[in-house]
Amino acid sequence: MWNYTEAVHDHFLRPHNVGPLEGANAIGEVGSLACGDALKLYLKISEQGIIEDATFETFGCASAIASSSVLTDMIKGMHVEDALKISNKDIANSLGGLPKQKMHCSVMGQEALEAAIRQWKGEPPVPHAHEEGKLVCKCFGVTDAQIIRAIRENGLKTVEEVTNYTKAGGACGECLDEIGEILAAELKQTSFVELKPKQRLTNVQRMQLVLKTIEEEIRPLLAADGGDIELVDVDGLRVVVSLRGRCAQCRSSDVTIRDLVQRLLREHVEPDIVVEEA
Amino acid sequence: MKTIYLDNNATTAVAPEVRDAIVPYLSDLYGNPSSMHTFGGQVGDAVEAARENLANLLGASPDEILFTSCGSESDNAAIWSAVQTQPEKRHLITTRVEHPAVLNVIQHWERHGYRVTYLGVDNKGRLDMDEYAQALSEDTALVSIMFANNEVGNIYPIQRMSEMAHEKGILFHTDAVQTVGKTPIDLSHLPVDMLSLSGHKLHAPKGIGALYIRKGVRFRPFLRGGHQERGRRAGTENVPYIIGMGVAAQLALDHMQEERVQVALLRDKLEAGILERIPDSMVNGDIENRLPNTSNISFKNVEGEAILLMLDRLGICASSGSACTSGSLEPSHVLRAMGVPFNYAHGSVRLSLSRYTTDEDVDFVIEHFPQVIETLRAISPFKD
Ligand code: FES
Repeated sequence: MWNYTEAVHDHFLRPHNVGPLEGANAIGEVGSLACGDALKLYLKISEQGIIEDATFETFGCASAIASSSVLTDMIKGMHVEDALKISNKDIANSLGGLPKQKMHCSVMGQEALEAAIRQWKGEPPVPHAHEEGKLVCKCFGVTDAQIIRAIRENGLKTVEEVTNYTKAGGACGECLDEIGEILAAELKQTSFVELKPKQRLTNVQRMQLVLKTIEEEIRPLLAADGGDIELVDVDGLRVVVSLRGRCAQCRSSDVTIRDLVQRLLREHVEPDIVVEEA
Repeated sequence: MKTIYLDNNATTAVAPEVRDAIVPYLSDLYGNPSSMHTFGGQVGDAVEAARENLANLLGASPDEILFTSCGSESDNAAIWSAVQTQPEKRHLITTRVEHPAVLNVIQHWERHGYRVTYLGVDNKGRLDMDEYAQALSEDTALVSIMFANNEVGNIYPIQRMSEMAHEKGILFHTDAVQTVGKTPIDLSHLPVDMLSLSGHKLHAPKGIGALYIRKGVRFRPFLRGGHQERGRRAGTENVPYIIGMGVAAQLALDHMQEERVQVALLRDKLEAGILERIPDSMVNGDIENRLPNTSNISFKNVEGEAILLMLDRLGICASSGSACTSGSLEPSHVLRAMGVPFNYAHGSVRLSLSRYTTDEDVDFVIEHFPQVIETLRAISPFKD
């Protein structure tokens, strides 16, 4: 059973703004029966661009219904330009969060909203056609543009997360490799951005960061193999440690030091740290 | 709020008789059945008595019964053994509608170079016997076909299929996890070589299962170590649960005949009540030939998880063939294999009864189910 918040339960059991809307001048439709969820969003938008009323019809699970319901609440009274800024995260947050496997329900809300407003503006219904999206997941009709957007907006790191947010890869799985490639390309890009030269750390900062990395990253890994580690000294970029438990007797302890401890410290603290065994 | 439990194909309540029988083995009678002393010996005797009960239920002999930890282990062990004892054969046959405990294991061997035939099913979930006959080959190491399907309840023609396999000298395994205790099985006349079962589907606790291995069938242990279970499965026996499963088997043996009738009557009443009151609903599976306790119903244009959650608010426990409940996004592989249309497949609910299901339970569900579907259909954009 999913761990739904009270807000999800509430919106699911007593959804707000249900049904077609008389006088609607913008309708956004996403999803399909085959996909297992679909949302039809009706908006009444004034000439000034204010969303005067919003209703929905949803076919789908509790999260899909709750996401639609809360979305209609959120956008009523909003200007379309502000409504377009609503992200799927905002939808999920206003429900107190959704299980990660259900994030695609909030994405559906965001996409329907966008589609409705595009219709009102007289723009082509599918934004992704514009972005020259290439179809990646045939089962759910998801394009690379949609995948990239989900990755960027939600900071996704794994293929599984991409599936949770877009459904791509959730059925036959044939597209998983391609999703992996898109993801790798995206992650590379962002890590380039992050690789700006870092500020030099002060001794105290370095010491704290080393301790934190050992505690949070390294120790749990060693513990899994019955080992442990102790920090002996930090002297400039030289970090001296001592392996304990199983790791101490391990013949490949120098490999552990270099490939695990040093690598992680370089990753999390400073790129030119050198680790030595006491 | 009263709980109305209609998810017995997922797990069953532990029978009070079973619970009472287990308790002494959690307190005074804690000996190890493998020990040489009398204290352990009496426990060993009880284990053997349980083995005999289970053998009786199946029409088998006690030394053909191997206790395992669950149905999945039994399935894994059977397939593993068939592959290991016949390294020269490189082909396996199963169906598209198996439980993952078989399907995932077969897929594992497929990744290791085995050729696999996955038999398809028709829209009622029935197998095509011609397709099956054609698949059987000299190279086939094992046929593994479930006795009855967990989702729709279909009972497969295991008798005929195992005979056909044997004509070609092929081993036959059946996953009977959903069948044992619900409908008679007589292995003295049914020529399967291995059969898996699970305790918690017949009112014993979770964490105990068994594998029947016909005398003379070569077996390689899946779990190695000590000499328990005559060297076929290492590990100290789960004595209390084995005792419990023995009692559960005895109960099934004593009451199965009348229970099947009673459960089937209730199931039919439930099903008819729902179909009558809810338009655009249909039963999945082979109505003529299925387990007495199982009903799988699809409702057009609504989604399964939403149905389950609303039922849950009413205290009704059911299961869904819809994707969303499991975190995957496709409707159940069984319903897909049967070609159930999408607008029905996503809104499928499995109701599975047991000897503890009452007439009042059924009435309550019939009374409240229509409202649930109506509410969800009112929200749905699909209204054709
Ligand atoms: S193509 Fe993406 S899951 Fe099938």
